Amino acid sequence: MTASLTTGQGPATDEQAAFMAALDASAPRKEEPAAAPEKTVGVPFLEKKVTLSARHVNVFYGAKQAIFDVSIDIGKHEVTAFIGPSGCGKSTFLRCFNRMNDTIDDCRVEGEIRLDGEEIYAPEVDVVPLRARVGMVFQKPNPFPKSIYENVAYGPRLHGLFSSRGELDDLVEHSLRRAGLWEEVKDRLDAPGTGLSGGQQQRLCIARAIAIQPEVILMDEPCSALDPIATAKVEELIDELRRKYTIIIVTHSMQQAARVSQRTAYFHLGRLVEVDRTDKIFTNPAHELTEAYITGRFG
Amino acid sequence: MSVTLLFILLSILSLVAYWLGRRTVLVMAAGNHRRLHSLPRHYGYYVAMLTMLPALLLLVLWVSLDQTFITKLVVAELPPALVPDSGARLSLLVNDIRNLAAGNPGSGAVDPALQAAAAHYRRLTQISHLLLPAAVLLLAVSGTALGLKLIHPDHRARPAVERVIRWGLILSASLAILTTLGIVLSVLFEALRFFHQVPLADFLFGLEWSPQIAIRADQVGSSGAFGVVPLFTGTLMIAAIALLVAVPVGLLSAIYLGEFASRRMRAWVKPLLEILAGVPTVVYGFFAALVVAPLVRAAGEALGLEVSSESALAAGLVMGIMIIPFVSSLSDDVINAVPNALRDGSLAMGATRAETILRVVLPAALPGIVGGVLLAASRAIGETMIVVMAAGVGARLTANPLESVTTITVQIVTLLVGDQEFDSPKTLAAFALGLLLFVATLLLNVLALYVVRKYREAYE
Repeated sequence: MTASLTTGQGPATDEQAAFMAALDASAPRKEEPAAAPEKTVGVPFLEKKVTLSARHVNVFYGAKQAIFDVSIDIGKHEVTAFIGPSGCGKSTFLRCFNRMNDTIDDCRVEGEIRLDGEEIYAPEVDVVPLRARVGMVFQKPNPFPKSIYENVAYGPRLHGLFSSRGELDDLVEHSLRRAGLWEEVKDRLDAPGTGLSGGQQQRLCIARAIAIQPEVILMDEPCSALDPIATAKVEELIDELRRKYTIIIVTHSMQQAARVSQRTAYFHLGRLVEVDRTDKIFTNPAHELTEAYITGRFG
Repeated sequence: MSVTLLFILLSILSLVAYWLGRRTVLVMAAGNHRRLHSLPRHYGYYVAMLTMLPALLLLVLWVSLDQTFITKLVVAELPPALVPDSGARLSLLVNDIRNLAAGNPGSGAVDPALQAAAAHYRRLTQISHLLLPAAVLLLAVSGTALGLKLIHPDHRARPAVERVIRWGLILSASLAILTTLGIVLSVLFEALRFFHQVPLADFLFGLEWSPQIAIRADQVGSSGAFGVVPLFTGTLMIAAIALLVAVPVGLLSAIYLGEFASRRMRAWVKPLLEILAGVPTVVYGFFAALVVAPLVRAAGEALGLEVSSESALAAGLVMGIMIIPFVSSLSDDVINAVPNALRDGSLAMGATRAETILRVVLPAALPGIVGGVLLAASRAIGETMIVVMAAGVGARLTANPLESVTTITVQIVTLLVGDQEFDSPKTLAAFALGLLLFVATLLLNVLALYVVRKYREAYE
């Protein structure tokens, strides 16, 4: 036990000491003011309308546990931001909500996740309609090597969401408009989507996701590959989309979390440390780990 | 001193030169690496190259040219009465002299002038053998000396060494191109001789292939028809059957390997599939002739069809199996190269795995798949052995895969085996066929390149 571990907030408990020792063995950090709590601090459960609810979720990659007993409610039509240092499991947890973890061979999810009250990990649930209800935007823009039009039309074609060509045209236009991309691409819908700039590509991916009218949009660091101007546009768009969609955004940028989200959840080493209203988290965090992170003491 | 020994000596000298060069420049820089323009080893390489390369060049030139040179000298010394007028007789005479010089007296009495020439030849050869190592080693040592004189700490040794390496690379690359060019030209000139005797239109559009030319005027059954159409259709039919087998099987196995198989499974199955390409074609040939052809025939007869014992179908089926790895291995590689981000993007839209493969992965991998298929097609068109053994040699213009047909390559073989006159159209026809085949596969390759280039940057 080194002195630096106990600086700050008084002596560590035995439990914390054990956790710290385990930590020490894996990765040294700049400063560790305290250990993650067994129980989440703040307001993980909501009284109002809830779209997604997770209870006691554990995720394993093979024998290694990545998520420890996370429980949280995601409010309807609001933006929830997941923040935390690299490797804290926020992306892993995000991918539980549309079961994208299923595509990883040795990944196992335990616990309960409900979408509008239905358990999504129940054996009878088919992932195809689930993923149509829970869309996803990835860290790196990944437009298909098809035209801009075909990129947006991909989902509607898969799920048969139109009855005529005109209806599909309208759907594509509507989605591109909502993603704030229509004015920039309306004259070149047949051009390949991969030829757009990074920010345009990401908005194309958002248009693609909303073309199938999901209830939830998961965003996994959607701006990490974009420049500040493109980032600002996407953030504006997220704020716009919140009226119709429930959004969860994983981000490394605390400013971004503060700008776009209504609630913020702070993850640390696979545990959900604290979740609360965004203004509360950024002005008056309840847990010292959260405070240490948002004040930039480690990350 | 043998050439091998000389080569070993040269190598040793170069090693010494390397060591000397490296040491000399280090001594000049008083052991301080920072004062050198290049790394110490580059000075070593530089001196070693000056030692090795000119000497090696001299060695190669000497060994390849000395006999010609000596022969010239000897022939020039011959009494004029002995020198024959035709080149063929001269080469016979030179052979005689060489035999005498080597101590194998020919049959019959030996002309004293010839004896003298042989002695002269032997003497010159001995001188050459003595001079060669001396000259080569002298050149090598002076190369070392020159190198050691040239280097100093500011000498730009690395660029010089890299320049030599680049020339070496250019030389290797041009060797392959020059060989291809040589083959094409030799085929082209012989084919032109053929087209002097048989009109191009008759060759390209003639419907009958019967390359028998009368040697005597009274010979029967020698029509001498050189229409390539039956051969071309036969080739295309067998290649088409082969592709009908190889493309679906190869593509589906590539999809299985790329999308569904576990890593361990893939590590096992892929090399096994590639073994198929390593089986000698003659083995496929007798497999086709002894196993598949009778099976095809039995199956056809069970259905009440008339099947010849050598059929295009049997050859095509076996050839298809042979070229499966070309399709599967290349397709598997490109399917694997499709970024996982695209798969995730599709799956996250609620696509099934099948939809993801059909709508995203395969279109993205298309150029590579087309490339693999065209490579397989080139291979099928050029394949000979399976066809000789399983499809026959009789040229027949037919669209029925149950009959025996023949291909261009098979005809080239049958035209060139056995005793032939080298100026008869029958023999020259082989070159014309070779040219046609070359042009056909070249067009396929150009097409493949075009497809690959056009779609290359589809994703990124």
